[in-house]
Amino acid sequence: MSILVLADLHEGQLAGATAHVVAAAEAIGGDIDVLVAGEGVQAAAEAAAKLNGVTKVRVADNVVYAHQLAEPLSALLVELADDYTHVLASASTTGKNVLPRLAALKDVSQLSDIIAVDSADTFKRPIYAGNAIATVKSDDALKVITVRTTGFDAVSEGGSGSASIEAVDVVVENSQSSFVKEELAQSDRPELGGAKVVISGGRGMGNGENFKLLDGIADKLGAAIGASRAAVDAGFVPNDMQVGQTGKIVAPELYIAVGISGAIQHLAGMKDSKVIVAINKDDEAPIFQVADYGLVGDLFEILPELESNI
Amino acid sequence: MKVLVAVKRVIDYNVKIRVKADHSDVDLTNVKMAMNPFCEIAVEEAVRLKEKGVATEIVAVTVGPKAAQEQLRTALALGADRAIHIETDERAESLAVAKLLAKVVDEEQPGMVILGKQAIDTDNNQTGQMLAALTNLPQGTFASEVAVDGDKLHVTREIDGGLQTVALTLPAIVTTDLRLNEPRYAKLPDIMKAKKKPMDMKTPADLGVEVASKVSLLKVESPAERKGGIKVASVDELVDKLKNEAKVL
Ligand SMILES: Cc1cc2nc3c(=O)[nH]c(=O)nc-3n(C[C@H](O)[C@H](O)[C@H](O)COP(=O)(O)OP(=O)(O)OC[C@H]3O[C@@H](n4cnc5c(N)ncnc54)[C@H](O)[C@@H]3O)c2cc1C
Ligand SMILES: Nc1ncnc2c1ncn2[C@@H]1O[C@H](COP(=O)(O)O)[C@@H](O)[C@H]1O
Repeated sequence: MSILVLADLHEGQLAGATAHVVAAAEAIGGDIDVLVAGEGVQAAAEAAAKLNGVTKVRVADNVVYAHQLAEPLSALLVELADDYTHVLASASTTGKNVLPRLAALKDVSQLSDIIAVDSADTFKRPIYAGNAIATVKSDDALKVITVRTTGFDAVSEGGSGSASIEAVDVVVENSQSSFVKEELAQSDRPELGGAKVVISGGRGMGNGENFKLLDGIADKLGAAIGASRAAVDAGFVPNDMQVGQTGKIVAPELYIAVGISGAIQHLAGMKDSKVIVAINKDDEAPIFQVADYGLVGDLFEILPELESNI
Repeated sequence: MKVLVAVKRVIDYNVKIRVKADHSDVDLTNVKMAMNPFCEIAVEEAVRLKEKGVATEIVAVTVGPKAAQEQLRTALALGADRAIHIETDERAESLAVAKLLAKVVDEEQPGMVILGKQAIDTDNNQTGQMLAALTNLPQGTFASEVAVDGDKLHVTREIDGGLQTVALTLPAIVTTDLRLNEPRYAKLPDIMKAKKKPMDMKTPADLGVEVASKVSLLKVESPAERKGGIKVASVDELVDKLKNEAKVL
């Protein structure tokens, strides 16, 4: 078995997701190479070389791979894929954008969002917003897979930088797509996907200004702040905060849902959290069916009290 | 330009699914079916492009059983001009659907193809990207804004960290995210008129595509059920439980 992991980058740095994908690769077993593709990604390559379990880091550092656009990245992966039995990426917006394109170019299926490895060709993945878990077997010669990071504990960093780093000199052409701009959310808080504590607000927050009520609590707990789709749709907060079937999937130690009713699409994104707290004024809200601790009441009274008590 | 829209018949998003007792699949008998919500957004976007004078004709396509014609009729009622039904009772995976759609792209030569980003049954999020690969066209996935600018298509994409805008050459493949638009409802007169709009029938064999996939579904299980917990009476009690019982504070 030989596995190629496409590294996730965040503003040019190695994103935390990659260590989870390497863990999934370890569960499959075999040599694990990591591909770092982008522009000015030497530091990311060095960080990837420190991950335990990685044999070799391959670096494609060229302007054509900047911003990891799907067209050049999948063309690059097509060139490299013949050396491997599996190509893995995290189920991030980059992984989801690139890997299906690679799979079709290689005339193989793609498995999305695996949460467990049964064997080198058999995997578990959630379907129907996580309301069913499918076990699927792939007989394709090349397995192309995106990994749900919450399903695999991150590998640690060996610190030794033991994996070798090797330049890939394949440069593809791309005249079809070009980068125009990016508006990335700036925040000092932990990343939603990796945070130990997440506090999310829903439509019950009333407006964007009121999300400040979550700030003090998040500061004290070192939490990331999330939201329901209703809160995003209403314009209270930006789209990258959405937790759910079609937003981010989180599984922190503690998830606090405030003014969120608990629609199945929201539950799909957070029901694997270790401890769930729900704060809602409607004692029949479905969120209470999954909450370990429910507190019925007005969030505008509860939040300030919670902030001063923790 | 001609715009092709792919729509899928799926379980209604409000329905809570059940797994079959023999764990072979999800039980869909007598379950309410509907157009995949992301496909509704795709149809709506095509209709808006036509209202703006950008699109000249809208063709809706589906791959699925006879009953999937209901979703094509819905697309026609919402403003599609004609429809293509590729009929199969087999479970068509994303790669097979993408191959079938690529054949239709070949025949129809659209300026743009709009798909949903994800079908809410398989949660695959693949078909648009695969279609782009097979047709060798650029892709603008998870779109929250689409604008034609001369010979380029500007697509604003919802990415993990925020928003990204890319410029694509046309023809191009677009997949919709939730905030691209708010779909309208079909009006009764339009539903009546839709019955008279043309619908072409084809089979995968007509198009020379093998639907069978190399991925087999071995088992479908219910996820581990979360036990409902308790209700606490006050913030003090909540903080106490989190500190001393759950030990997460
Ligand atoms: C295809 C599709 C995909 C979707 N994907 C997602 C997704 O990824 N994530 C997601 O979240 N949703 C998603 N949704 C939407 C989902 O169906 C729900 O509409 C949404 O989650 C509801 O958000 P909410 O709980 O904030 O709002 P509501 O359902 O309106 O609930 C608001 C809650 O706030 C409570 N409340 C109000 N005021 C107060 C107060 N003062 N104090 C305390 N409580 C109060 C109310 O009792 C209520 O329970 C999707 C829907 C579709 C169709
Ligand atoms: N059977 C199908 N018929 C028509 N379009 C489909 C079909 N399956 C998937 N699609 C399209 O591809 C999108 C993404 O689906 P998927 O990649 O399966 O999650 C859907 O929203 C549809 O636009």
